[in-house]
Amino acid sequence: MKYSYFPGCTAKTTSAEFGISSEAVCAALNIELLELEDWNCCGASSAHSLNHELSLSLPGRNVALAQEAGLDIVTPCPACYQNSLSADEALREDAEWRREMESLLDFRYTGKARPRHLLDVIAHDLSIDAIRAKVVKPLTGLKVACYYGCVLVRPPEKTGWDDAEYPMTMDRLMEALGAEPVDWSHKVDCCGASMALSNSDVVANLSGQIVDGAIEAGADCVVVACGMCHVNLDTRQAPSPGKPQMPILYFTELMALAFGLPEVEKLFGKHIVDPRPLLRAQKLIS
Amino acid sequence: MTIPVGTDLVFREVVRERSGEDIHKCFYCQKCTVGCPTAYMMDYTPAQLLRLIQLGQKDKVLGSSAIWMCIGCEICGTRCPNQIRLAPVMDTLRQMSLEQSYQPEPAVYALHRSFLDNIKLWGRVHELTMLMEYKIRCLLMRYSLFFQGLFSDLKLGGALMLKGKITLLPERIKRLKEIQNLYEKTGPSGNQEER
Repeated sequence: MKYSYFPGCTAKTTSAEFGISSEAVCAALNIELLELEDWNCCGASSAHSLNHELSLSLPGRNVALAQEAGLDIVTPCPACYQNSLSADEALREDAEWRREMESLLDFRYTGKARPRHLLDVIAHDLSIDAIRAKVVKPLTGLKVACYYGCVLVRPPEKTGWDDAEYPMTMDRLMEALGAEPVDWSHKVDCCGASMALSNSDVVANLSGQIVDGAIEAGADCVVVACGMCHVNLDTRQAPSPGKPQMPILYFTELMALAFGLPEVEKLFGKHIVDPRPLLRAQKLIS
Repeated sequence: MTIPVGTDLVFREVVRERSGEDIHKCFYCQKCTVGCPTAYMMDYTPAQLLRLIQLGQKDKVLGSSAIWMCIGCEICGTRCPNQIRLAPVMDTLRQMSLEQSYQPEPAVYALHRSFLDNIKLWGRVHELTMLMEYKIRCLLMRYSLFFQGLFSDLKLGGALMLKGKITLLPERIKRLKEIQNLYEKTGPSGNQEER
């Protein structure tokens, strides 16, 4: 299976673990990722906050870059995914905008390159049996709280996930790896996202509630599918005496671990809350 | 019938047109407010903002801090029984408030502005230079903002740098000119300095 690949700015920096483990897992599953040549930042939440046209044209350039290959555009970042969806929708539905962009960026819109999130591709383009067949080290006994966050699943009419309030896609995937997903209340709550810098107390509050919810549900770790969620949950947990620190792992890191891919172990050292004591206690790493 | 002072009936139509959301359908069930993660920080709740728009209270809406406290998490639109998505409405309100020279929430504005400047510079976001501009903007806008969270941010930034997650040198994309053309085409909207 071949896809155009849009890693997004953070896949090489603040969420390097996500980028590296995503690529390793895809290689193991025979998913070929062809990185878009000279891709740019999608504008994140800043473009749509301040400038509507810019918020459609920045991700629009990436959508444009993918038209010739005509393959679905896979990204591990929910913000990139969401912005690319908006850009693609505008190019599809607004003929005047499409003509302007086509002449400005010198491309032809075919509509064949659908923006998609990596979790969607792994969970839906492969059978769950194909994933199970790759597992050499089942995550038996590991209790995981699957956290989806906001714009990965919302708005539902754009993203089309199984359930906007209580999705199960990642839970089923974790089950296939042998882990035990917990039922909990904060699956689709917001971590505070870009407020991390401008209003860090808001993020400490929101991310703190999510981590507390996972502790309450008896989870050993929180599993995420977003670099921003990871940074916020990993770095803004309010430490307090007697309260355990909650490791935050990308779903692709756990997949790589279950698949026995050697490159994953060095990624755990990049986390602020070190997941290695937990994984050692579960006999998943030595 | 008397119309209260400050009522701007064109305003609500402009918001409806630009956001593409049918604000008139709101019957004030307040599900948006109940689900909103930042409602506790807002001067008007999301439902109150919608009501104020319906009533044409432009100054209150565009001058509110609430429009800057929305993170765009889309929970309100997902739960609205009338399918009103508030996230695009909030985007429209922020853009209108800048165009009409209302005061933005300084830290939120400084961050978004620095982020967009950074993309224009490199084509991708480079955290370190983006953060430097953000801190300088904070310093220029409001002295105390510069110091707000400075120590914890430095500590966190240092930790991320040691783990190789914040890089020292930026990477510039090859065809940066294309990005700059996009900025030129979409104009200075939302950029207070360039107006």
